[in-house]
Amino acid sequence: MASSSAGGPGSGDAAPPRRNSKRPKYSRFTQQELPACKPILTPRWVISAFLLVGIVFIPIGVISLFASQDVVEIVDRYDSVCIPKNFTNDKVKYIQSPGSKPPCHRILNVTKHMKQPIYVYYQLDNFYQNHRRYVKSRNDKQLRDPSSENDISGCKPEDSNSRGVIVPCGLIAWSLFNDTYNFSHNNQQLKVNRRGISWKSDRDHKFGKDVFPKNFQSGGLIGGGKLAYNVSLSEQEDLIVWMRTAALPTFRKLYGKIEVDLQKGDVINVTLGNYYNTYSFNGKKKLVLSTTSWLGGKNDFLGIAYLTVGGLCFFLALSFTLIYLIKPRQLGDPTFLSWNRGPGGH
Amino acid sequence: MAGGRRRKLLLSKIYPFTCGRASFRDDHSQIGQPGFSRVVFCNEPGSFEAGIRKYSNNYVRTTKYTFASFLPKSLFEQFRRVANFFFLVTAILSYTALSPYSASSSVVPLVIVIGATMMKEGIEDWRRKQQDIEVNNRKVKVHQHDGNFDYTEWKNLRVGDIVKVHKDEFFPADLLLLSSSYDDAICYVETMNLDGETNLKLKQALEVTSSLDEDSDFSNFRATIKCEDPNANLYSFIGTMELEEQQHPLSPQQLLLRDSKLRNTEHIYGAVIFTGHDTKVIQNSTNPPSKRSRIERKMDHIIYFLFCALFTISFVGSIFFGISTKNDLENGRMKRWYLRPDSSEIFFDPKRAPVAAIYHFLTAVLLYSYLIPISLYVSIEIVKVLQSIFINQDLQMYHEESDKPAHARTSNLNEELGQVDTILSDKTGTLTCNSMEFIKCTIAGTAYGRGVTEVERAIGRRKGSPLGNGEVNGVSNTEDSADAKSTVKGFNFKDERVMNGNWISEPQADVIRKFFRLLAVCHTAIPEVDEDTGNVSYEAESPDEAAFVIAAREVGFEFYKRTQTSISIREQDPVSGKKVERLYQLLNVLEFNSTRKRMSVIVRDEEGKLIILSKGADSVMFERLAKKGGEFEEDTMEHLNEYADAGLRTLVLAYRELSEEEYNEFNQKFLEAKNLVSADRDTLIDEVAEKIERDLILLGATAVEDKLQNGVPDCIDKLAQAGIKLWVLTGDKMETAINIGYACSLLRQGMKQIIINLDTPEIQSLEKIGEKAAITKASKESVGNQLTDGKAQLTALSASDGAFALIIDGKSLVYALEDDMKKMFIELAMGCASVICCRSSPKQKALVTRLVKSETGRTTLAIGDGANDVGMLQEADIGIGISGVEGMQAVMSSDIAIAQFRYLERLLLVHGHWCYRRISTMICYFFYKNIVFGFSLFLYEAYASFSGEPAYNDWYLALFNVFFSSLPVIALGVFDQDVSARFCLKFPLLYQEGVQNVLFSWRRIFGWMFNGLYSSIIIFFLCSKALEHQAFTSDGKTVSKEILGGTMYACIVCVVNLQMALTISYFTVIQHIVIWGSIAIWYLFQVVYGAMSPQTSTDAYKVFVEALAPAPSYWLVTLFVSFTTVIPYFFFSAIQMRFFPMYHGMIQWIREDGQSNDPEFCAIVRQRSIRPTTVGHTARVVASSGRQHH
Repeated sequence: MASSSAGGPGSGDAAPPRRNSKRPKYSRFTQQELPACKPILTPRWVISAFLLVGIVFIPIGVISLFASQDVVEIVDRYDSVCIPKNFTNDKVKYIQSPGSKPPCHRILNVTKHMKQPIYVYYQLDNFYQNHRRYVKSRNDKQLRDPSSENDISGCKPEDSNSRGVIVPCGLIAWSLFNDTYNFSHNNQQLKVNRRGISWKSDRDHKFGKDVFPKNFQSGGLIGGGKLAYNVSLSEQEDLIVWMRTAALPTFRKLYGKIEVDLQKGDVINVTLGNYYNTYSFNGKKKLVLSTTSWLGGKNDFLGIAYLTVGGLCFFLALSFTLIYLIKPRQLGDPTFLSWNRGPGGH
Repeated sequence: MAGGRRRKLLLSKIYPFTCGRASFRDDHSQIGQPGFSRVVFCNEPGSFEAGIRKYSNNYVRTTKYTFASFLPKSLFEQFRRVANFFFLVTAILSYTALSPYSASSSVVPLVIVIGATMMKEGIEDWRRKQQDIEVNNRKVKVHQHDGNFDYTEWKNLRVGDIVKVHKDEFFPADLLLLSSSYDDAICYVETMNLDGETNLKLKQALEVTSSLDEDSDFSNFRATIKCEDPNANLYSFIGTMELEEQQHPLSPQQLLLRDSKLRNTEHIYGAVIFTGHDTKVIQNSTNPPSKRSRIERKMDHIIYFLFCALFTISFVGSIFFGISTKNDLENGRMKRWYLRPDSSEIFFDPKRAPVAAIYHFLTAVLLYSYLIPISLYVSIEIVKVLQSIFINQDLQMYHEESDKPAHARTSNLNEELGQVDTILSDKTGTLTCNSMEFIKCTIAGTAYGRGVTEVERAIGRRKGSPLGNGEVNGVSNTEDSADAKSTVKGFNFKDERVMNGNWISEPQADVIRKFFRLLAVCHTAIPEVDEDTGNVSYEAESPDEAAFVIAAREVGFEFYKRTQTSISIREQDPVSGKKVERLYQLLNVLEFNSTRKRMSVIVRDEEGKLIILSKGADSVMFERLAKKGGEFEEDTMEHLNEYADAGLRTLVLAYRELSEEEYNEFNQKFLEAKNLVSADRDTLIDEVAEKIERDLILLGATAVEDKLQNGVPDCIDKLAQAGIKLWVLTGDKMETAINIGYACSLLRQGMKQIIINLDTPEIQSLEKIGEKAAITKASKESVGNQLTDGKAQLTALSASDGAFALIIDGKSLVYALEDDMKKMFIELAMGCASVICCRSSPKQKALVTRLVKSETGRTTLAIGDGANDVGMLQEADIGIGISGVEGMQAVMSSDIAIAQFRYLERLLLVHGHWCYRRISTMICYFFYKNIVFGFSLFLYEAYASFSGEPAYNDWYLALFNVFFSSLPVIALGVFDQDVSARFCLKFPLLYQEGVQNVLFSWRRIFGWMFNGLYSSIIIFFLCSKALEHQAFTSDGKTVSKEILGGTMYACIVCVVNLQMALTISYFTVIQHIVIWGSIAIWYLFQVVYGAMSPQTSTDAYKVFVEALAPAPSYWLVTLFVSFTTVIPYFFFSAIQMRFFPMYHGMIQWIREDGQSNDPEFCAIVRQRSIRPTTVGHTARVVASSGRQHH
């Protein structure tokens, strides 16, 4: 240790420096005398801390709540409505039956002015995208790099079929969401922009520009949607969005953007292609149109929580003030100390 | 140096008792039988015969590992820890498909953790090796050939070597004494390192070898020694020496043990018979037990508890997982089709759901293993090493004179220092400095001597200074030590009435003259005249003996020459005032031993008068006084009591003039007895001596201060105020021990002493008969009765405030420590305020320590300086070695070495308290943070159908413990101070927090765990509610798994670090850096890790830069969750601090309010204990003032 080193001159202490002395050198650090602030929870500290939290939290809460209130959101659940009457008892059979399905028509009423861009989401429920088997069932290398096309480790059982390896392999891609939405307003098609809905880093670095789908949804069990074989993966944004797995079993994913304002009272016709099977696991499907604020989508929780906690802190600050005023501290009672508790001690 | 100065002095003549003749006894017939098979060929260690007996070499190894065994052995040590083994298993399992995360992310932390610990082990062992090297490379002179002696290293000694050891050197191995520089081949040996006794031991070689007094005599010396095999018994030795075809019996009288020291003898020659690990002292030392602190042992229990929790939640998760997996296939129809349950490996196969659930259990265990803090052990070890550096570096525990700082040899026990309940202390060299000072005397009923004893000084200081004038102990001592340094070593007598020849004018000048003459004549010391200066120095058997001769010299009775038959002194003539030389013919010496407790010499003075001069313990001397000889008996008695209360060693001096006839008769009988060769020789001599030592005339009494080490009374007082019990275990006589008890304020007048010994007449008479079984039975009965009596007294009087002291001697201790009686003994001892065990062997010291440790379950600390304390040091929870004196044995086997006893105060009250607080808080915090982290994983699982998908990226998982939360907790463990050193010492009672273990009680531990649990719940639910399914950013993108994980993780990092900021009470720059730095590192890590290629960073690729950082909701959620989570704790501690402060809290208030200079106020807080302090000089002052009132 450093202690055995010679205590040279200038150790800042009165003792004469002895040669090879084992005298520890003086420093405020080694003597554990560093200047320090030793805060204890005095009434002033406690009250000001609570007040400060309250003062910061309440405005934030108000702002967040306003932001959330600003957002206009239209949610339409369509999973059971879009099943023909004769299949209501066996929806799974309907959805799994091959062949084309009739489109489903829905009408959405705009209750408030919606400023563009209006985001179109699909919301799935009870869908465990975060299941370990599911999350792991992909091969990032294959997605990124055309030369790693045969790298299908981890993709079982959707790694290859009778025609060869599948690109993109794995369960996530295989179960791609494939309901389609078409919007019209006053018999006019509302254009849905399906570009720019994914994270840029995904498009640029995770999904290759020169990787093209191969043997996808062909042969074997068909899962979800199909992909255009001539479009590279980095441009298949619906796939990219889908493959960013959701955190919780209820999730929304971006479908596209409507880049015109919608006025209050507008009626929007939705032509729905109901293909995706959520019926076997009793999952709901919802179509969501939503604007955003600077804080994101509509969720009052954060604002309310901020307000609650801020209010609580104000309350605590107040009650502490009262307590401190009413009951000034006396230096306790010695019987509080544990070693005075219990009969006789030892 | 060949030959050296040979003294023509047959000292054996002066020692009628100890220098006996060797004779064969029954035991010697065992030679050559099993257990007695050793054969040593003296002077031919290289011969073939010696070679085939592979006796070990003299290398002594104390290291734990060798170069080769380090890796396997230390790995084994590491994985013996349950937690480490668990992590080894998880690391192996992480290579299988079961693993929820990548293998490397679980192996790397383990490697870091194990590697760091092993490195620490290695460094510690390396230091031990350095010490070994130092000892093994000491040099000693060994006979090479043809009478040449040359230096060689200790380690090269072989059995059979002839070595020459000079004065004040240690014996390098167990030697057989062949001859010494004295004609009759005696030598003096100091065995303090072995048994702690300070009296020199006399050893004598066989007559046949005593003539080998020149180096050259050994060129053709050959002898064969047959003796017992190596064993641990220090006091027995059986062997024979075959010299020139003659058998000679060998006894312990010829055996010189390793680590004892040659004293008062120029040199000796000896033959090496036991080397290295065969030597008795090493045989006596058991393997150093690896000690673990109480806290760490409790920590193991917490870890087991966490394991239970881990397995429970894994089990619960597996059940849910099994159910949901089984439900995936219903009559062949897939429910969660996207998981392809129809075509699944076993881990997710609905058809084999129970098996899948079992596999999943393993996965879950791997995943939730973050509940078990992997870096806990290594962090604690790092912290402890740093703490020990602080201990080593403490200037206030550095001893200037001996240039020795404190030295923590193991860092395992730092926090144990804060929990010591009982201190078991050695006396000599620990409490006392083993130097005797003549300080007072009473002559003819008048007390002389104005010297101030350490105790008086301490009491004086206490009385002089009001309670709590912020004087910090240890600082004020410098002044004392300066004034304690008297010019003459061993003499601290100040009295102008006697000094400088003034005694002549005293009324009782004649008695004074006789008194000092007695001191100058009645002893066995040898003068050494420095030829240049003419100064005389003395070599005496014991330091008090030397103190007397020095005192006599200083007063003017200078003893300067001893021959075999005479003693010459220079004394002041009362008439002329000039120095005259006087010669006393030395006729007989009746030496001192523990049963006689007195010593007498018979001399003939120059006028031809025969005088017997005696000095001895008051108990034996007063009964030998003549009827009319005790003129001033009462006064003397009173003074003696005073001296004894001050802890001084007293001796009563008396004389008588003998008539010729009486002497002749005595001498005849005495010579007869002396020349007897039989077992009762000693008894006979004793009886003869008894007859002449009677009808003595009292001169007075001396008081010698067994000098306490600097600051010992103060230190003991502080320790007593802190509620620590102090037991003194000493090898010394009961009287001495009691004296020291008084000196240290462990005993005081008015304390009820329960003395247990076996000096009853019945047992003594039984001992004379010598029937072992009867003695044992009677002794045991007697001890039993005395214990019962003691307990009865204790219970009878415990209501009143009388404090008890238990004093027990070694012989009784043998029986008291037996299984059937030890319970009673410990109960009695625990009821007493102070306990003194005297005449106890090293083994008994260890046994007492073990008894206290096991019966009371409290932490024991043993402190000692000699090799005789080794057992005790190793047995105790903490062993402290005093490194002041030369012997290294105690230091080598201690856990912490300090230079002076008084440093114990700082070591325990400051460092001990801090370390205890730091480590216990640190462990609690560790569990807290891991529960926050681990449980959040579990909560997430509930939303991922328990599939075992971790909420966070692999490397986030792996590095949480290593990077983002480890530094602050280490800083807490190293630097945190609840109150400063000054306050620790000012309010010793604070120490009770450790003794009562309030900071590491189950309540507190579970409190912290609960804190972790609800923090985790708050974090998870607030995050998942705030980041539901709505858009996360303003451009409409929603929350993905990485985003929720990243946010939660950020919240956890912030929360645990904020919690840390609330927990610590000492904020230096370092704390600021590590706490806020940890949070910063987390953000930095995200940026760096996210910028790596997607191959490395997988799902964390650019998440922070692209998704989290630009989103206001991320920051708002983090801010909100971080603060909200710590509000409950903040609220709780605000209430607690204000209304139910713990003791350290109160002191903090005092500091905060600036009331620390208000003595009255401090006294209130200081005396927070309802239990009064019973020992120490504070208690003494209180008790004596109490007595005055009554």
